[in-house]
Amino acid sequence: MPNISRDEVAHLARLARLAVTEDELDMFAGQLDVILQSVARVGEVAAEDIPPTSHAVPLTNVFREDLVRPGLTQQQALAGAPAAEDGRFRVPRILGEEA
Amino acid sequence: MSSELTHLTAAELAAKIQAKEVSSVEVTQAHLDRIGAIDGTVNAFLHVDTDRALSAARAVDEDVAAGREPASPLAGVPLALKDVFTMAGAPTTCGSKILDGWSPPYDATVTRKLLESGIVILGKTNMDEFAMGSSTENSAYGVTRNPWDLERVPGGSGGGSSAALAAFEAPLAIGTDTGGSIRQPASVTGTVGVKPTYGGVSRYGLVAFSSSLDQGGPCARTVLDAALLHEVIGGYDPLDSTSIDAPVPPVVAAAREGMTGDLSGVRIGVVKEFAGEWYQAGVTAAFERAVTALRDLGADVVEVSCPHFDYALPAYYLIAPSEASSNLARFDAMRYGLRVGDENGNSAEQVMALTRAAGFGAEVKRRIMIGTYALSSGYYDAYYGQAQKVRTLISQDFENAFNGVDVLVSPTSPTTAFRIGERVDDPVAMYRADLCTIPANLAGTPAMSVPAGLSDEDGLPVGLQVMAPALQEQRMYRVAAAYEAARDAAWGGALINRVPELEVAR
Repeated sequence: MPNISRDEVAHLARLARLAVTEDELDMFAGQLDVILQSVARVGEVAAEDIPPTSHAVPLTNVFREDLVRPGLTQQQALAGAPAAEDGRFRVPRILGEEA
Repeated sequence: MSSELTHLTAAELAAKIQAKEVSSVEVTQAHLDRIGAIDGTVNAFLHVDTDRALSAARAVDEDVAAGREPASPLAGVPLALKDVFTMAGAPTTCGSKILDGWSPPYDATVTRKLLESGIVILGKTNMDEFAMGSSTENSAYGVTRNPWDLERVPGGSGGGSSAALAAFEAPLAIGTDTGGSIRQPASVTGTVGVKPTYGGVSRYGLVAFSSSLDQGGPCARTVLDAALLHEVIGGYDPLDSTSIDAPVPPVVAAAREGMTGDLSGVRIGVVKEFAGEWYQAGVTAAFERAVTALRDLGADVVEVSCPHFDYALPAYYLIAPSEASSNLARFDAMRYGLRVGDENGNSAEQVMALTRAAGFGAEVKRRIMIGTYALSSGYYDAYYGQAQKVRTLISQDFENAFNGVDVLVSPTSPTTAFRIGERVDDPVAMYRADLCTIPANLAGTPAMSVPAGLSDEDGLPVGLQVMAPALQEQRMYRVAAAYEAARDAAWGGALINRVPELEVAR
């Protein structure tokens, strides 16, 4: 049975790239615990031999002709960017100072 | 005149426009006026596209004047589009701050089909953030109010679309249904909502929440209107790799057949598991009256057991958050949407975390973390893996049931509309609103909600859910249309006309 601690919530938030405040850690720890306790009921079903379903409609690869078709222009692609420079997306630094 | 126009059905409006009794511009203007007068109170719309709506209406009127064939049976009729479908030149927010002000550079396939059919898109409707919720209280842009009682929720996530219909702001709307987001709002607003077979309506341009469950579909005030809209938006789309390459089921013909009021020979199963402690007495009573009405129409009604349906809710709240945690990783503050904290030498990772913290609301964060947990090594088998197995068992329950009956019925939601604020701090209580709707999402089968009268204790609408096998939508449309005709005959008019008059802003 799950028992989610504040530390575990902090870890999940880090994995999910969510900055959380100290107050939020308390709130989410309580709520996630209740939710996980309630969904853990799926474990009551005996399903060892049952195949998993990832998708309701069984589909294999769908192929199409390899034809050129118009895509977005550079201007359209950059239109929603939070920052752009020289016709490119401008992003914050990726590497640390020490790297 | 204008209030008469807003109370007509889509089928009636389309006929009047083609007969030149009224122009599409007049119809569109009447709905825009209605929105202007009451939407300050209802808050169904996040964006009203006045100029383009009127110009689309003018184009239809020119076709009519020139004697050209209408582009579709709904040409000139206004519609409210859920703000989770992209439409070039209008904002798409999904009810989230993280997409505030984002204007997508392309139309969703559903949007394109609507525009090509001469349907007039009035604007974009409010929703729970990224369609996660059952009340629209999770919208970053304020709650939408239920026209039946302004202190109550209009359901969710498509509460903007359902409220727009019930408030006579639009005769047609588009919703999306991942766990009930079309059907539950329809249920609590006395309107009709349809979740088609998974893959029956293109997901191209539908901002993804849970890709194996998300399904767009039609919303309206009558079964026939929903069927007409279903045939406009349905069909194969090469841009959606999960789209089904098969003809749209003949739902309009089925609705018309149902309206004749004969269900003899139709076998209907009542799902035994959908009753008990979580069900409001007035909902159960209204549902039982509906079942009696189906019997009176000649249907053969039997009780059916679907033993794993009880596990649909927990399986859903593992599968949907897992897929959401992956899908919402795209909101990374780099190519579009909000960016916060790009200063003081913050790294991309820090900017990402700060942006997502500021841009997402509490429910979205909860679900991302639940999904992250369920997919992490050590927990995967017990949670996500087991939920996928339960999903198989639910599909098998449907298959077994449909061996004996043509359609299944149940209440759409266990309660009528709840009060704003009542379940905000109790996520598990909120999730129970989708108790009856989730199995169809997990199995990919079609289901719809049709109003089933009012609950005795609070006078609020109750929904009858009708479920059918994959690609057999015509069965449920026929049953729903027959029930609707019998209900209106018994009540002496359409149920939706009992919605209270709203105060009009001066």
